[in-house]
Parts: sequence; C-alpha cells; structure tokens
Amino acid sequence: MKSALQVRSVVSALLVAGLLLLPLYSSLTGNIFVLTMFTRIVILALAAASLNLIMGYGGMMSFGHAAYLGIGGYAVGMLAQEGIGSGFIQFPVALAASAIFALVIGALSLRTRGVYFIMITLAFAQMAYYVASGLARYGGDDGLTIYKRSDFAGLINLSNRVQFYYLCLACLLLVLFLIWRIVNSRFGMVVQGLRSNEQRMRAIGFPGTRYRLVCFVIAGTMCGLSGALLANNTDFVSPAVMYWTRSGDLMVMVILGGMGTLFGPVLGAVVYLLLEELLSQITEYWAIIMGPLLLLIVLFGRGGIMGVLGRFSRG
Amino acid sequence: MLLLVEQILNGLQFGLLLFLLAAGLTLVFGIMDLVNLAHGSLYMMGAYFAATFVAWTGSFVLGAVLALGATLVLGMVLEFTTLRHLYGRDHLDHVLATFGLILFFNEAVRLIWGPAGLALPLPPWLTVPVQIFPGIYYPAYRLAIIVVALLVALLLYLGVMRTRIGMLIRAGASNREMIGALGINIKLLYTLVFGLGAALAGLAGLMQAPILTVQIGMGENILILAFVVIVIGGIGSIRGAFLAAIFVGLIDTLGRAFLPNLLRQVLDSASASTAAPALSSMLIYLLMAMVLVVRPEGLFPANRR
Repeated sequence: MKSALQVRSVVSALLVAGLLLLPLYSSLTGNIFVLTMFTRIVILALAAASLNLIMGYGGMMSFGHAAYLGIGGYAVGMLAQEGIGSGFIQFPVALAASAIFALVIGALSLRTRGVYFIMITLAFAQMAYYVASGLARYGGDDGLTIYKRSDFAGLINLSNRVQFYYLCLACLLLVLFLIWRIVNSRFGMVVQGLRSNEQRMRAIGFPGTRYRLVCFVIAGTMCGLSGALLANNTDFVSPAVMYWTRSGDLMVMVILGGMGTLFGPVLGAVVYLLLEELLSQITEYWAIIMGPLLLLIVLFGRGGIMGVLGRFSRG
Repeated sequence: MLLLVEQILNGLQFGLLLFLLAAGLTLVFGIMDLVNLAHGSLYMMGAYFAATFVAWTGSFVLGAVLALGATLVLGMVLEFTTLRHLYGRDHLDHVLATFGLILFFNEAVRLIWGPAGLALPLPPWLTVPVQIFPGIYYPAYRLAIIVVALLVALLLYLGVMRTRIGMLIRAGASNREMIGALGINIKLLYTLVFGLGAALAGLAGLMQAPILTVQIGMGENILILAFVVIVIGGIGSIRGAFLAAIFVGLIDTLGRAFLPNLLRQVLDSASASTAAPALSSMLIYLLMAMVLVVRPEGLFPANRR
C-alpha cells in the first residue's frame, strides 16, 4: 500500500512539475501551439477536478456539469457585451451565478437518487442549454464573440499567452488545494460518509441533504471559474459548451484519471485531450478509435489510471 | 380547430415514436439494470439501414423490414460482444461505456455513409393526404406511423403479459438468480430482450427518417427525450413509458405550435419569436423536473423487488 501511494505521488508530482515548466519548453522550442493546447487542458482539468469533488468524494453522479462552464462563460461574455470589461466584476459574477444555479438545481435534484439523479441533472443542463440558445441579444445558437478579454487593471494581462496560462494553472492548483482541504476536513468526512452509508450517517444525526447540497454548490462554483477562464481562452462562448456530450466528456476525464483521487481528474483531462489531439492528427475519424478505447477502459481499467498505477506498484 | 386537430395528431405521432424508443430503453433498464446511452445510436442505425435498403431494393416496405432485421441483429451482436460484460457494474460504468459506443457509431456512420445526410423518399401511396374527419385531411404516412406504433405497443403488451417469453422476461426482472436457478438460459434471454429493444429503436428511426433527414447524431437529441419519458413514467415500467411518451409528445408538439402565439399576447412580437423556441424546448425538461420533485420515482413506478 505504501509503495502504491508512492507511485501515485511521483506521477502526480511529475504532472504538476511538467505543467509548471511547460511555458519554458514552449518558449525554448518556439512551439506556441503546445501552450495554447495546454491552456485549454488546464482549464478543463479544473472543471473535471470540481466534478470529481461531487462524483468521486460525494457519490453524486452529475451528468450536467458542463452547464456551469456555460454559465461562467456567459457571465463573462454578457458583461463584456454590455461594456463591463473588468475581471474584478466579471469573475465574481461568474462564480456567483454558478453558485446560485447550483443551489437551485441541487436543492431540487438531491431529492432523487441513482439514475434519477443522473437524469435530472442532465435535464437541468439541457434547460440551461436551451435558455442560452434563446438569448437572441447574446448571439443565440451562434454564440457570442468576446472582443476583449477580462481586464485585471494591469495586475495580469490575459492576452499574454504565458501569463494567461499561469493564471489558469494557479486557479487549478488553488482549486486542488481547496478540494484537498475540504476532503480532509470534518465536512468532507461527512460527505464521504454519506457516499458510503447514507442511512447510518442520518442515524448518527447528520442532515445528509444539507451537507450534500453545500458540496454540490462548492463544486458548481469551482466549475463556473473554469467556464469564465474557458470563455477568455476561446474569446467566444456558445450554447455548445453546455451540450450534454460536454458533460459526458468531463465525466470521462474524471473516470479515466481515477475517481475519488485528488490528481486523477487532472491526469484524466491531460490524457483524454492529448489522446483526442493525437488521434485526430492520425485520422480524421479519431472517434472510431476513442470510443472503443473508452469501452476498454471501463471494462478492464477499474479505478482509472490512478487505480491501475496503484495496482501496478503493488505487483 | 383544424390546426388543433392536426397538431394533436402530430403530438400523438411523435409521442408514439418516443414510446418505441423508450420501451426498449426501459425494458433494458428494468430487466438488465443497464443504462444504455447508445440506444440513440441504434435509432440512427435503423434510419441508415432503411435508407440503404430502400434504395437497394427499390421497395419501401421490403427495405424497412430488412432494416428492422439488421438492427435486431446489430443489437444482439452488440449485447453479445460488449454490453453483457457490463451487467452488474456501476451505472456510471454504463454511462461511460455506452458514451464510447456513441462516439464509435457516429464515426462509423461518417466513415461508411459520409458526413452528408441521406434522404429516405416515401413511395407515392404514402404521400397522399387522407380524410380522417369530414373536411380534415392528414398525411397518410404520419397516420401510418400512428397505426404501426399502436399495433407494436399492443403486441408488446400482449407479448410481455400473455406469452411464455414475456413471463420469463417479467420473472427475470424481479429475480434474476431465481430464474437462472430454475434452468432458464438467462444470458440468451437478455440477448433477446436487448435485440428486441434495438429493433424497436430501429423501427422508430426508420419511421422517423422520411420526415426528418437521416443524419449523424440524429439519435442523441431524441435519446435524451426518451430518457425524459422513462424518468417521468417511472424507470422499468412499460405502461408508464407509454403514457409519459404520449404526454411528452403532445406537450412538446403543442408547445412548439401554440407557444409563439401565446407569448405574442404578453410580449412584443420580436422578443416573443426569439423566446418561444427556447421556451418550448424547455417545457418537457421543466415537466420532468417538476415530476421528479413531486414524485422522485416517476409517475408510474414499476413494482420492482
């Protein structure tokens, strides 16, 4: 068990070191593409990490997590459209909007369990998708172009690739740190206890739904941050970021990396998106390889990459 | 009045199509406890097979029958090769694995049939309008869909409730170990049930094909609707799926038809015409959310275990 932890820790440390040093590699080799690609990977890793908080630790299988990507993104885009370009307003609004959305849908969805929970979160995300499609003032179906990235009054320049990359990475590490603190706190223990035996936790006297709801809102808010960054990264936000297949992508990243492990979702996002990039360079029909690959991972790779690493080092 | 009757029939027709999809989904879920996102892909494959076979044989009916057989076989092969290994696993594993299958099927279709959509032309005898009430005409093809789907629903009901196979299916749903212990080949039974569900999805796909174009990803939107249907109806319950499907079909169709005018009464016409499509798309999700809040197990929960 000890060596299992070590292999995982080494991989996680290497991952973080690699992400930290990436801009150096990019500037040395003059490969700008790799930096742009990894900016996107880091942002989506943040979203996956937030999903892992509720899915891996809380046992809440949300199939609508991409909704927050859209809400965070639209908060930035709509404010920019209305002439409010300051990131000090845009980002708090993005987080608050995601938190409120999570609070409302969480309060309703958490009344259900199992497949019903998967489906009701999916339904709410689809509703958000259709609301965004109906926003004619903000581009409707076609999406909304953001002409100017969030302005942080000279503190940091989001149009500078390297600065933006490090901002995203800092956000990711901050979120991972928060998740680590949450999971190991009393609150986190209660949420994990609810995952393994809800009845028992209730019998001890914990108000289960309330704990779950708080956890759900925290995860939603974190993913809203990811959405705000994503909109800045692409200079564009459209209903498509909320489509249910995007929620599916996020779930895949979490499970691929290893559900319920701190760095698993980050590893999952890196591997999934790199694989997608790699396969799409080999063949236009990359999904025909990706699909069966996912199937194989589910069938044989229990616990995702982190799980495999754990078993590998145990011999 | 004329419009209302026509739209109600359209809603009924759409609801019955949804039922064909939802029936397979709910059977597979109720009996094998499998969440199958790739059900929409089988719907798509049904439509593609139909477009191919109809063009090949030159006969609509013959092509449709061949396509139905092809989806049945495809479903059984799919169950035999992959999905059977997922029984008893976590629902999340099902979601992920069948999500992978969707990617595979979409890409395979793009590879085989190309990215452009196909058209499935109707034979002339199905394109004429039929007089259903004095002065009210309705397209023969849509009427045919209603008749076929109702017939299938009746056959399904009789099959499940009145035949030996149906009895085994119901027994398998309530206690799979027991029926296995009594000497029933449960694996074969599961393969058959999955093939049946696939054929129903294929039937829905090929019947919908002449109305919409046959294209990649056509199964995904309607799959979500089918899930909404079975969640509203209560997962595992065919009766619930039937009622919920018709309900959802009517609400969706009538909402799309009449909501723009209703909204124009309260809003100015420009904002009404932009808000109406989004609002009518949302209606059923709103309905599902309300149902789940009031009755978390759906309206007609199946009596399981």
